[in-house]
Parts: sequence; C-alpha cells; structure tokens
Amino acid sequence: MTKHRLFWPAVVLAALLLANVVFTPDFFAIRIKDGHLYGSLIDILHFGAPLILVALGMTLVIATSGIDLSVGSTVAIAGALACLHISGAADPASPATVLGAVALALGVALVLGAVNGVLVARVGVQPIIATLILMVAGRGVAQLVTDGQIVTVTSEPYKLIGGGYWLTMPFAILFAAAVVLLTSLLTRRTALGLLLESVGGNPVASRLAGIRATGLIGLVYLFSALCAGVAGLMISSNVSSADGNNAGLWIELDAILAVVLGGTSLTGGRFSLGGTVIGALIIQTLSTTVYTIGIPPETTLVFKAFVVIAVCLIQSPAFRAKAARRRARPGRGTASRPLTPENTEVGA
Amino acid sequence: MPAHPARQPVLEAHAIRKEFPGVVALDGVDFRLFPGDVHALMGENGAGKSTLIKVLTGVYASDGGEIVLNGRPVRITGPLQAQRAGISTVYQEVNLCPNLSVAENIFIGREPRRLGLVHWSELRTRAARLVASLDLDVDVSAPLNSYSIAIQQLVAIVRAVDVSAKVLILDEPTSSLDRDEVRQLFTVLRRLRDQGVAILFVSHFLEQIYEICDRMTILRDGRVEGEYAIGELSQADLVARMIGGELAGLEDLSGRHGPHAEADAAPFLRAEGLARSGAVEPYDLTIRAGEVVGLAGLLGSGRTEAARLLFGADRSTEGSVRIEDAVVTLPTPRAAISYGIAFCSEDRKTEGLVGELTVRENIVLALQAARGWLRPLSRARQDEIALRWIRSLDVRPDDPETLVRNLSGGNQQKVLLARWLITDPRLLILDEPTRGIDIGAKAEIQKLVAELAQDGMSVLFISAELEEVLRLSHRVGVLRDRRLVAELPNDGSLTPERIMATIASGAPS
Repeated sequence: MTKHRLFWPAVVLAALLLANVVFTPDFFAIRIKDGHLYGSLIDILHFGAPLILVALGMTLVIATSGIDLSVGSTVAIAGALACLHISGAADPASPATVLGAVALALGVALVLGAVNGVLVARVGVQPIIATLILMVAGRGVAQLVTDGQIVTVTSEPYKLIGGGYWLTMPFAILFAAAVVLLTSLLTRRTALGLLLESVGGNPVASRLAGIRATGLIGLVYLFSALCAGVAGLMISSNVSSADGNNAGLWIELDAILAVVLGGTSLTGGRFSLGGTVIGALIIQTLSTTVYTIGIPPETTLVFKAFVVIAVCLIQSPAFRAKAARRRARPGRGTASRPLTPENTEVGA
Repeated sequence: MPAHPARQPVLEAHAIRKEFPGVVALDGVDFRLFPGDVHALMGENGAGKSTLIKVLTGVYASDGGEIVLNGRPVRITGPLQAQRAGISTVYQEVNLCPNLSVAENIFIGREPRRLGLVHWSELRTRAARLVASLDLDVDVSAPLNSYSIAIQQLVAIVRAVDVSAKVLILDEPTSSLDRDEVRQLFTVLRRLRDQGVAILFVSHFLEQIYEICDRMTILRDGRVEGEYAIGELSQADLVARMIGGELAGLEDLSGRHGPHAEADAAPFLRAEGLARSGAVEPYDLTIRAGEVVGLAGLLGSGRTEAARLLFGADRSTEGSVRIEDAVVTLPTPRAAISYGIAFCSEDRKTEGLVGELTVRENIVLALQAARGWLRPLSRARQDEIALRWIRSLDVRPDDPETLVRNLSGGNQQKVLLARWLITDPRLLILDEPTRGIDIGAKAEIQKLVAELAQDGMSVLFISAELEEVLRLSHRVGVLRDRRLVAELPNDGSLTPERIMATIASGAPS
C-alpha cells in the first residue's frame, strides 16, 4: 500500500489534521446550524475550493512540462470584471445580471488563457516567461478595471458562488468537487490524459508518434485560465468585493506547490489529479492550523515553509531510504539502498 | 573457471544481487577483472550486463554481494566515488553535456583551478593535448553538440581515460562508430592495456570482441554462464552459450524472398529530387509494395536524414513525394502517418519511447494519436493489443504495466516496433532497428521484417551492418556524403565488399 502514489500525500494530510485535534479538541466536529453544515473540516474544504480549482488547471499545464504563473492575475481580473459588471448594473440582484457577470469574467479568462496558449504552443516562448508576462501585467489590468479601488457588491445570487449553501453544503465545495470529477473523467475516460503525459514526458517522441502537441498544449492553458476564472469568482463572491491588488495573490505558487505535493513532477509527464486535490487540502489545512494553534502572523510563512520542506522530504523515496539506513546502523544490515524505482533500468 | 596466470585481479565481485520491482536483474554474479586485460562482458539484452556495470560503478547499490578492489572490500556508493577509486565508465548513450564545450566536458567536476577559480586557459590547453594524443581533430572550445555522436563518444572516452583509470568500463562504445573510428579506439585501448589498465568491454559486435579482447564472462538471465579465455570458444559456441542453446531464432533467412520478386509491383512511394539543404542532396527513390529497400552508408552519410524526409520528421526544401502516383506534401509526421507511413527512429530513448509511460501506453500511442483524444481505445482493447504484441514479439518482462524505461534496449525496440505495427502501416521505415541489441532479438526482428514484406508491407531498412542490409533488402541504396550515389539490385551477386567499394568510391562497381 505504501507503494501507491497517493499514500504519502494522504498520510501527511491525515497527520496534519490529527495535529490540529491536539490544539482544538473539537476539530473534527461538524454541526448543523440553520440547515447548514459547520465545522473546521467544512471550512478547509470551503476556503480550499478556489485553490483546488487553480491547482487542477495547473496540474494539466505541468503535465505538459509547462507552468502557468498567470493564474493569480487571472483570479484578480475575473473577480474585478464580475464585480464591476454587477455593481454597475441596474439590478445587481437579478440572476440575469449575475449570469452576465460570470460569462464576462470567464470569457475574458479564456482570452487570457488563449494568449498564454498561443505564446507557448505556437510562438514557442518558454512557459515560465510567457505566463510571467501576464502575471505581471494582469495585476495592473485588474487595478485598471477596478480603478484602484475595492469594488463591493450586494447581490444574493452572486454571493451564492463563493459564500452560499446548497444542500446543506457550501456551494463552492460542491462546485469544485464537480469540476474535479469532470476533469478526471475528461482526462482518464478519453485519451486526453495519455496524450498529455506523452507530450510532457517526451515531446520529440510524441511528435514522431503523430501527436498534435500544439492543440493539446493550447487546450491546457485555456483550461487553466478557466479554472482560475472560476476561482476568481468564488473568491470575490465570498467577500462580496473585488480587490485587484490582493485577490489571488501568490495563489499560483500555492497551486504549483499543491501539484508537487500531490506527486506530479515539475518536469512533466505523469500527473495525478487526486494527488493535486490532496496537495491543495494540505496547504489549506496548513493555513487553518496556523490560525488555530496561534502562530504569530509574522512567522506564518516560515512555519509553512518548514512544513512544506518536511512534506517533500517524507515523500521522497531516496530520503526515506536514507533515513531508514541511518536508523539501521551500526549493524551492517542487508546493504539495501533502494533508489527511486522510477530511475532504474533493468538489464543490458 | 579456468585458472589464470598468477596475477591478482584488480576488481572482483562476489555473489552480486540486484532486484528491480518484478525482476531479478542479477542473481549471485561472480566476476573478476585482471590488470592489463581487455575483458568482454557478453550476454543477450536483459542478461544483466548494464546492471552489473551500474553496480560496479555505483550507479545502483547492489542488494547483496561484495565488491573487492585491489584486494580490499569496498562499498561503492556513487559514480564519483567509483571514479576516485579508479573505475571510469563510458556508457552506451553518451552521458555528457551537449551544450558545454568539449574541454569543459572532459574536465567537468575536476576543473583545474587557480585561486579557487576555474583556470580556463589551462583547462583548454590540457584538453587540447589530450585530444591530440588520440589523433582527434577536434576544437576543444566548440560545444560538444556540434560534433557527431561518434566524436562525442570519443570525447567521453578521453574523459574516462584521463580520470587516471585503473579500470575502464566501455558499454557499447563502438555501436555508433564507423570502421576507422573503431580502429582508432582500439589503438587507444591497446595502449591503455599495455599500461596495465583493466578494460571491461561490452559490445554486440562479435568480430570486435575477438579482435580486441583477452577474456570474457558470459551472463545469461542474471547469472554467470562462465568465464573463458578468448581462444577457448568459437563464435558459434559463444552465441550458443549466450542464448542458452535455443538457436531457433538464428535460422537462416536467405531464401525467404526471391532476390527481386517485387520488381513488377506498383510503386507505393516515389521520391523525386527530394532534398533538404544542409542535410541531404536531391535523391530519387522508389519503394514498391512488399519491397524491402535497404539504405547503406557510413555514419553521417545522410541515411537517416533521407528517411526523415519521407516521414515528415523534417521538411524537405525541394523535390516531391508521390504516394501511389498522387503528389503529397509531408509537412509533419502526422501527415505521413495518415498515408500509412511509420518510422522507428534510431534514437529510441529521445525520439522513440516515452520512458515514464507503461509498455501498454507506448504501444497504443501512435494508434491513439491517429484516432484523436476524443476516440479513446477502451482499456480492454488496449490490454488486448498490448498483450498480443508482447507475446508475439516476446517482450520481457511480459507485464504490460512495466514502465518502458525499465526495459532493456532490445525489448524497448520491440515495443517501438509494436507501436507502429498496430497502425498497420503500408511503409515501415526502420532506422538502425537492431543497433545495440543482442543477437537473439536481432534475428527475431530481421525475421519479422522479412515476413512483413512478404505480406505486402514496404520497408525502408537502414543499418550500419551491411550483412544485415544485404540479407533483408531487395535493393540497396548507397549514400555517401549526403548523396544517394547508387542503387544496387540485390540479385545474389551483391556482397558487402561491393557495397563497401561503392561507399568508398562513390560509384557503383
């Protein structure tokens, strides 16, 4: 069972959750109040939903050995556009206004994704550079959209997206779960996942096998931007306002981290959507933990960094083997040093 | 084991064991290497040769056994430590940094220093001296990738030799060298041997083994079959011991097809004045249905480049291609695939397989790519296809979920072949399909090619081994200096010597 690729991420998540019980005995308690579910676990899922979405898109981008740094900016732009549209409308609370805002925000997100996709897949710019452009410029665009102000909206239907409840659960959780499910069906029930892994694993061989990488790579940047757009709607809806400066700030780094924690290699190829979800939950749990155990705010990032390093080491088979050997000393033992199974080649 | 002149082995291995998930690669291997000997390590693909070398050089940690160096047991924990202990290795695939200069590659990790900084002029001077001592005409400040694979390999050897090696391990050093380069290499090896260096030599070229080696150890299925002085075994005996007496794969292929049985068949593909500037000069070539056309020529003669144009792997700059009399354009491999053309690259690792995907996934890749991602092959279909081809090509291990990078070279080649055969191609281009693979797998692949042609598939067969080209081809195109200089019908009178003469003179003889 320890061989399963999701084993260690799951262990880490479980350990983090258990650690919280020490500080907050009723950490696992879930109450029903006014027909809504409440509890720390629900909060983690609820506030983690935007990160799960962004990380989901990031997973597919990373699978093609790319990276998308612009998702944070896309989050900000999508939220800003939606809020501006609603606040400027005659009837902010009408479903039509909200649907229009959603369509506008996601449409623009898709355009941003298309820009990334064209730059990477057609023009051949390195992904980190191509998306860095939008990462930097996008914040400025978000500021322009909101005129440098925080735009607040009062709209019940819009509030539903990030802050509302449906069937006792926060709507954001249900929506994120649906997207995860759909994405995994889309990649694993069609050949999309295989072709993406092939393109990411060996682009030259993939071309010679007749795979049209341009379209596939363009597609994942579109998907990543769309996910970021939805995340932007959730974030701005949850606080009923759009902050071009701070919405989605550094979410690209959290998303990349979530992907890596979930066991997908930054060099591309094999990816794991389940791993990414667990990775995103680890990061969100960590944020929650920081508050519940009362770590001073100025040292939160340092604390987070240590946990992340620890998690990465625990997941590394080479490190675990080393640690095991150290423990086995001074007896000579069986001289076993299992290397990463992925790096071995059998025979001549 | 036969007694050896009273010399102490410089390197000894006792009961080495190495396991990979699902495979025992080495099972109690004993091995010894004497100073001043060139020692051959023989065995089929998957017999454990590469694994043993990697254990000896610290790339893999063994799961059991002991290594004794100069009479003292050692624990080799990594390539660097192996190097310091005096064991240097040159691998089958050149493991240098192609974007660094030749000089930097030779001294990487042990650069001459002055005041803690790299002493660049000293580094270049020393590199130039080393290269000159091997009579190589190489500019040491040029990036390594501006040279052919053959030169890169020699640079790797220069580097290994200079690490003051007591033990030099060469894994398939000659598979990408032409005859002159092999001679040059052997001169160097003999000099090193006379200086008392122990050389471990792995090669699939039996003639070379008999030319350069003093002793050999034969591995079979991860065990030692025996150790022999080179004169003790005939080549036939050696082969029999390597494959364990099953000579079935080696049956004579001659007479499988008439010399030019397909002369009146309709042409499937016709290249007219096809060229790519800087890669290959304009050439005409016709390939008929059911015909095997061989391409012969030295390394860098344009064999591969000519074939790549027919697959759309590179774009042609002039000329045209007709498929069944219709002019077609082949801007991408995808276009060529749609016309039923398949291409197995000579560089399996970087241009063929996706290492981190499974055997099954690699086999269905081209077929799936042709269908598009919206029309997936069901998992049951994939399993069925993979299992059928694993069985019929005898891929080992036979688990379709093994990662392709965990397979040996010959088995990887079979997976690549299977990938294209399931697309049911009309023209199969094989670029060095038997390079670096063992004699058993080689015979199997040759047999398969002959059978496929008999069933009506056209084959373009590229190989550096003239015997192999002759055995399979109906016609042989000869390339020299990026030009197709002759097309020789294989009418029974064609011999490797005549092809060599054509390559040498540039005109049919």
